Formats: sequence, C-alpha cells, structure tokens
Amino acid sequence: MSDLDTFRMEARTWLEANCPAEMRTAETSDKDACWGGRNFKFKSEAQKVWLERMVAQGWTVPTWPKEYGGAGLSRKEEIVLLQEMKRINARNPLSSFGIWMLGPALLKFGNEEQKAEHLPPIARGEIRWCQGYSEPGAGSDLASLKTKAEDMGDHYIVNGQKVWTSYADEADWIFCLVRTDNTGKKHHGISFVLFDMASEGVEARPIKLISGRSPFCETFLTDVKVLKKNLLGEEHKGWSIAKYLLTHEREMIGGGNEAARPLHELAAGSLGLEDGKLADPMLRAKIAEAEIDEWAFNLTMKRKLAEAKAGASLGADSSMLKYYGTELNKRKYELMMDATGHEGLEWESDRSNDGKMARSWLRTKGNSIEGGTSEVQLNIISKHILQLPGA
Amino acid sequence: MALVLNEDEVMMRDMAQGFFAEKAPVKALRVLRDTQDETGFDRALWADMAGMGFAGIVVPEEHGGVDMGYLAAGLVAEQMGRNLTASPFLSTAILAATALKHGTDEQKSEWLPKIASGKAVIALALDEGVKHNPRGTATTAEPSGNGFKLNGSKAMVVDGHVADVMIVAARTSGEAGDAEGISLFLVDPKSKGVATERTIMVDSRNAARIDLDDVEVSGDALIGTLDGGMAVLDAVLTAGRGIAAAELLGAGAQAFEDTVAYIKERKQFGQIIGEFQALQHRSSHLYSELEIARSAVIGALTALDEGDEKASAYCAMAKAKLGSVAKLASQEGVQMHGGVGMTDEYDIGLFMKRIRVLQELMGDAHYHMNEFAVANEF
Repeated sequence: MSDLDTFRMEARTWLEANCPAEMRTAETSDKDACWGGRNFKFKSEAQKVWLERMVAQGWTVPTWPKEYGGAGLSRKEEIVLLQEMKRINARNPLSSFGIWMLGPALLKFGNEEQKAEHLPPIARGEIRWCQGYSEPGAGSDLASLKTKAEDMGDHYIVNGQKVWTSYADEADWIFCLVRTDNTGKKHHGISFVLFDMASEGVEARPIKLISGRSPFCETFLTDVKVLKKNLLGEEHKGWSIAKYLLTHEREMIGGGNEAARPLHELAAGSLGLEDGKLADPMLRAKIAEAEIDEWAFNLTMKRKLAEAKAGASLGADSSMLKYYGTELNKRKYELMMDATGHEGLEWESDRSNDGKMARSWLRTKGNSIEGGTSEVQLNIISKHILQLPGA
Repeated sequence: MALVLNEDEVMMRDMAQGFFAEKAPVKALRVLRDTQDETGFDRALWADMAGMGFAGIVVPEEHGGVDMGYLAAGLVAEQMGRNLTASPFLSTAILAATALKHGTDEQKSEWLPKIASGKAVIALALDEGVKHNPRGTATTAEPSGNGFKLNGSKAMVVDGHVADVMIVAARTSGEAGDAEGISLFLVDPKSKGVATERTIMVDSRNAARIDLDDVEVSGDALIGTLDGGMAVLDAVLTAGRGIAAAELLGAGAQAFEDTVAYIKERKQFGQIIGEFQALQHRSSHLYSELEIARSAVIGALTALDEGDEKASAYCAMAKAKLGSVAKLASQEGVQMHGGVGMTDEYDIGLFMKRIRVLQELMGDAHYHMNEFAVANEF
C-alpha cells in the first residue's frame, strides 16, 4: 500500500468516527455554511463540534504548515482528504476568505510576525476576513483606486470608500488596498494593509441585490488608524499582492458553483420525457451542448492545474478559466430557469426553498462581473497571450 | 488521467510538426488541386509517412506497426490539420486498421502489415444518405453460395476511388434503423458489379460514391460476427471521431493563429486592426474555446487508450465540440481577414472548406448532441 493509500484509510477512519451525522447532509442554503468569526452563531451543536474537531486535526487548512494551524499535507494528500469528505457527503467545516484568499498571500508575502499573528486565528475560524478592493470609481479598472493612506510615522491614517466588500458587516478584519503614493503610474503607490473592522472610523452598510440577498457592503473609512506592522509586503508595491490574490479568486469563481445535479436530470424531472426524449426538443439540444461544454471545461481545469504542477505557469490562462467558467455557469442557470418554468420563478415559498432557484440564477449574473469582468478577462488574454497591439 | 503530454508524446508531436510542415504544407494541397491529381494525395508522401511509423501508429507490433495508441495518432492528425495534409491516414491508418484489429487471424495477417507499410489503401463504405447514420444502413448482403451478394449505394466513401480494398457495411438482417443486423465485409473494388464515381469534395480531398450491384463476396470476407457489425463499427467510429476531432483541432488552431497574425499586420483607419477591441475580444473568446476544445481531444483519446468504458461517449462529445469550435474559428477567420479572406490566394478559405468536411464526417455536432442525450436518457 502506498503512503497515499495509507493516508486515505486513516482519513476515512477518522472522518467516519468524527464527522457528526447532521454534518453529512447537503447544505440547503448558503445560510447553512459556517463562516466563523467573533460574531458567528453556530446553527447547531454539530456544526460547532465538527469545526472544533477539524481544527484540532489541522484540516480546515490541510496544506498550511503545522505551526500556523495546518496539517502540513501535500497537495495530493489534500485531494485525498477532500475525496474522502465528499464520499461521506461531509460539509465544509469552515468557509473563509481568510483561507481562500488572504492565507495564500500571507504565506507568500507576510513576515514571520504577521504569519504567526494572523494565520492561526484564520485556521481556527476565530477571525473572519473581508476584502477591501473595489471602490465606486475603481471596479474593472481597480488600479485607479483612491482610498488614501497618509503616512504618520508609525501608522497610517486611511480615508476613502470601498464597495462590493463581501460580508463586511459580519467580518472582523479587512485586507485592503490603499493608495500611499499618487505621484507615479497608477499601479505604483498601492499598498496592501490589514486592519480590524472594529477600528474607529469604519462603517459597513449592506447593499441589497436583485436576488434579494445582501452579501456585499459599502464600506466607509474615515480617519482609520492602521499600524505599520499591518502593512503586507513593501509599501507602494501592493499591486503585485493584489494580482496574486485575484488569480486565486478567479480560479475559485471560475471553477466553483457547480450545480449538484446534472442539468438534464433536473429538466427531465421538471418537464418529463416523451418517447424517452425531453419534452422540449429545443431545450434538449441546448442542454446537451452545455453539458458537453461543461465536461470539456472541467477537463481544462484539470489540464491547466496539471500543467501548472509540471512547472508551466498558469499565468493569464486563469483569465481564460474565469471567463469561460463564469459564462458557462450563467448559461447553465438560464437553462435551469427554462427547465423549471413557473416553479423556478417562485420567490417565497417552502416548496421553492425560499426561491432558491431564482435567487441562485440571479446570483450567477455577478459571476462575470466580480473578480474582473468578462470583458477585462478578454482584455488580459488579448494582451498577455495573443499579444495584440494596444491591448 | 494524465492530461499533460509525456516525453514520448511531446517527441511524437514535435516530429510530426517538423515532418508535415516540410513535406506536406498547405501549398502541397494546392498543387494536388490545381494539377487535378488523379490519386488525390501524394503516394510518395504516404510512403514517407509509413516510414515514420504514422501509417502503423495503431497497428500492433506483431503485424508490423508501432502501436503507439490513439493519443499519439491524434497528435499526428493535429499536425495534418494544421497543414491541410492530404493522405489516407484517416481512412486507412485509423478506420481500416481499427476495423481489422477485430478481424480473423488471416485478415489481420493479410491486411495489417500492408497498412503499416503503406502498401494498401483501405476505404470504409458506410454512409448512404445525405447525413451520417450508421443504423440507417440499407445496403443488403444476402447469402449466396458459400458467401454473400451485396446490393446498395454508398456515399462519402473517403479514398474510395483509390482503395485496394473496401470495408462495406451491409444489412444481413433486420431493416434500416435497427442497430442489430449489420455486418461488415471486405470487398475488392475490382469485383464485378462495383461502380465507383470519384466525387472531389469542397476541400479538394477524396471521396467517392460506390454502387454495389449483385457483388459477390466469399464467406471469409466477413469482419467480426454476422449481424454483429455494429460492435466493430462502434470501435471504428469511436477512433475515427476522436482522430477527426484532433484534425479539427489542428485546422481550427492554425486558422486562428493565421488570423491573429493577420490582424497584427493589417492597417485600416491609420492603425493596426488588431488594436480594435471588437476584434480583440472575439480573438480572446476563440482562444478560450480552442483551449477547452484541446482538453476535450486529449481527454477523449486518453480515455480510448486507457480502455475507459466511456471512451466511445467521450470521443463523440469531442467530435461535437470540435465541430463547433473549428467552425467558429474558420468563420471568424474569414470575417477578420475581410476581403482577402474571400480570395483563393489566402489559406483561410481552404481551412474553412476542410473544417466543413470534417464536421460532417462521422456525425456532426447535432448528431452527437442527440446521441449524448439518448445515452444519458433525456
């Protein structure tokens, strides 16, 4: 038996013994997710126990070093662990921008003190992070951001406004892009700072979306004091960290959000079959096409990751994956709405699980806007891959 | 499943790349077309391809092949697609070789070495109507003496007019529309009752109509089991679709790269037209589609080599995807070339023509989308 097989058996045994039964069912809504943080209220004892046990194993962040709360697993072992969790339908113990986004940047760019201070609370789900990137005047053109950080010796004073800050009203800390110099090119003079959302001068107001949900906020920053020890990387050079982090975010948005059930099953259940064929022949063709594209897209995710592992840099191909994945996801949800007809339109009923279909459909419209719009991704491909002039 | 090429595969690709670029570039197809070449491909080139191991690429070593598998064959086909190389690779090295691997020991010993050495051209005579439809086979084979008597008409028989032998699908029981009851026969084109009409297609490549009028074959001409030809055909078409998808990938990628190169040079309104975002975004979209399509080809052919039970479905899915993507690449290519895209002088039109034919061969995207739905019970 290989080491990996041994690890699989160990993981399987441990998960069987430690994952509570209630945590082996599909999440019925995004409210079931555990986000952790100072203000988080567990929905059940099982949810709390499941988090605590996974934290003790270092398995909320399996590949992070042990001293920062991880388990020091290899990428291959992490895949095995995820497969074993999926086998028993175990829920993700902790959803966290700290894990998905800030953590990798801290590991790469942080100094020892910063890593020791911030990584373990992320791993334990004690501190919940949000991302302060976009501003009212800096969306697709993120580098034109204006939130100003004035140098006051041992600290900065930050003034400005952020927007589309995910869950800012529930987060404990923020990683934030600020302008420390506006004399040079726009990509220069951006710094990457961390501060507590409970600091004086921070106010987060939720934005209501077309889906009726409010996962995003406007965040106002008025004379917020940020200690210089909370500057990540070099002053004025935060753009490279931001780009690194956006690449992670793009891979996540591009790849995630898979509907659990194949589209054709949903459609067959909803519309029925005639002579073994979906009752709507036009929709049937579009579903077949979308599912073939999905198969090829999933293979592409695997192929690009394998190439990256073999040493080739993913580079601007993360834009290709983000562009294609989000557009495909939108297409799929349009087809789901077509397939579910009147029922898919229900907004508030138990039968519709509080309009889950309609709200999810609306949510996908943001996929090709957040993390860089589809148009920006196409610009990046034109410039960096095709090397077209003026792009 | 490894989706990244290993060292051997990279070597194979590089070798094929150099070979076709030197020996059979697009201008070689123009010469065949403009001289109205009777064979429709260059026999010396085919002999060279055999020498490189390409003709026997899926033939077992005991029968003189190099047996490198279908992914390797796809890498060769991709380069042929890039150069619009005319050769009997698809008809003989892929379709016929795959069919004959299901033959009797005598059939294998007789034909596989000839395929690998480039000494035989073999055509698959399957389609009859205006669209690909294997189950719709209506050509009949009735028992006669110790053999069979064939009657019917075949269309789109690739390399049919120069074939040394044909593999003919005919119905031995049931009726058109049934999957069961089809049998495959080796037929000598010089037999009495065989009428061959060469039909040069829009891509300047070979095809033929074959009429069979009381054509007698002996009992040992049967490949596979009586009435069970569909099992062999499935294997043959799976391989053919996967390889056609690989050729489409090459043709589509080359059409795209030629187009990007063109819009980096062409000036209008005092600027390089590649600076226009309208063209940049369409180019970037095409780049993305081609990357997705490449994964489909590699994934399908790898599954085929690994004996994955879903390989047949994957090759069909790849054929559907590549048909659509390569078509888009050629259409956008002509449009972005503007007026010169409509001229014979530029290659982009030749790519559009070849891609159109490859789309149709062995089932177009609509055919395979329908098959996909049927297989998934919707």
